[in-house]
Amino acid sequence: MNIRGIHAIYRYEMNRSFRTLIQSLVSPVLSTILYFIVFGAAIGSRMDNISNVSYGAFIVPGLIMLTVQMQSVNNASFGIYFPKFIGTTYELLSAPLSFVEIVIGYVGAATTKAFSIGLIILCTSYLFVDLDIKYPFFMLCFLLITCMTFSLLGFIIGIVSDNFEQLNIVPMLIITPLVFLGGSFYTIDMLPPFWQNFALLNPIVYLISGFRWSFFGVGDVPIFTSIIFMLIFTSICISIIWYIFKTGYKIKN
Amino acid sequence: MSEIINVQNLVKKYDNNFTAVKNLNLKIRQGEIIALLGPNGAGKTTLISTICGLSSITSGLIKVNGLDVIKDYRKTRELIGLVPQELALEPFEKVINSVKFSRKLFGKKDDNEYIEKLLTKLQLYDKKNNIIKSLSGGMKRRVMIAKALSHNPQILFLDEPTAGVDVELRKDMWSIIKELKNEGVTIILTTHYIEEAEMIADRIGIINHGELLLIEEKKELIKRMSVKTLKVKLKKTLDIIPTKLKKYNLKLIDEGKSFLYYYNTGKERTGITSLLSDMNKIGINLFDIQTEETSLEEIFVKIIKE
Repeated sequence: MNIRGIHAIYRYEMNRSFRTLIQSLVSPVLSTILYFIVFGAAIGSRMDNISNVSYGAFIVPGLIMLTVQMQSVNNASFGIYFPKFIGTTYELLSAPLSFVEIVIGYVGAATTKAFSIGLIILCTSYLFVDLDIKYPFFMLCFLLITCMTFSLLGFIIGIVSDNFEQLNIVPMLIITPLVFLGGSFYTIDMLPPFWQNFALLNPIVYLISGFRWSFFGVGDVPIFTSIIFMLIFTSICISIIWYIFKTGYKIKN
Repeated sequence: MSEIINVQNLVKKYDNNFTAVKNLNLKIRQGEIIALLGPNGAGKTTLISTICGLSSITSGLIKVNGLDVIKDYRKTRELIGLVPQELALEPFEKVINSVKFSRKLFGKKDDNEYIEKLLTKLQLYDKKNNIIKSLSGGMKRRVMIAKALSHNPQILFLDEPTAGVDVELRKDMWSIIKELKNEGVTIILTTHYIEEAEMIADRIGIINHGELLLIEEKKELIKRMSVKTLKVKLKKTLDIIPTKLKKYNLKLIDEGKSFLYYYNTGKERTGITSLLSDMNKIGINLFDIQTEETSLEEIFVKIIKE
């Protein structure tokens, strides 16, 4: 295995984030703090507890998920799209690197960035709400796998995109609405019966539910359903990436 | 010299059914400079891309140092450095970081001494901490070469290395290429500048429509294909070529004041002596003689047209 090659890609991507620290770190954290202020402190103080959890604390897992999913997709998609855009992918393709190594480098960096942002938001949330995490180890694992899976998805988007517009279409028009409607700010049972069933078609519901379960021991769907769904989602992303590299789709001529 | 690249029956067909490379065979010897000439779309870049791993192979076999470029891609790619045609660089990165990044992609340990030597050789040392975006086109071209050489490859592919660069920089590039050859690096370059091939290549390959039309030692090729022209200025004007001189296929010019005689230096006899002797016999006196040699460019155009 070309460990140095993986490390080079990983470090290069991490350095890119440090060069654009405001965009990479400050911006998502600030946005989440604003959510805490508006939904947690201002509106949340007038809301009833949900499953014996204050509304401010209740939205913490959803807000973390909202941010890390978007960040994972954005970081990974831009990470691989930019070399494609400026033409430097020739270096990756002509180097003694397997596709697995290239994916580890890019997805690893995007995962690290999103995971770090998730942890920073979690720490920040303690400034605004009282929070007890019931299953901290599970919570960290679930967060890490979510970051990795959405980074894989972002990597796919970055490869198949032909321009910056396409790069933004999936995150803006598909992932953002799904995340907002996936129960970040409410539980599914707060919806009318028809919309409850409809909401179950949203894959993000299972992820937010699983993550919320690790905080409070309760979720919209059973935890095993969330885990199985997460594994299926991850497997689909890995299979698509494997197909892309096997066929050279949008990478090799 | 031993063979370092062996391309056997290579075919590259794109999804739109366009065949860019047609059953191409090519052997490249270690330590030589080979120039691949051909018009735009001839298949030169596609050939390089298949050897370096940028393009998939439809059929055929490519071996580098005796190893299959697909099965043993790690070992073969370690031997190769590539400078593509386009200036493709991360604009916001420092020169030195970009070169170090390339070296690590090839699995090599950091070697500051080697990288600094390389930058010095390419006259980039003073610019090592500059952001790539701030460099001139020529300097960026040098950074591309530095990146390609960062892992100390035995083979260097240069895809139109001097396209769009000024004459001075082009000459600098040629001296860099010659220096690399002296260090034992095998160099394969594609170019539109015939003068470039004439100046630095050991062998010349001509590609058109995805086929390798010929590959030959440069000197041999020029000798074999070169046609010299003898221009004879006459003391008295001729209306027609005299019957005795018809066998020389002379061409009257300047309203009969001169004629041209074409001969091949590669042949045992040029025919000049007998022409002059026959002229003397029939009383045609010459006033002056000039000779001109066909350039590699004219040879190239002739082969492509054929």
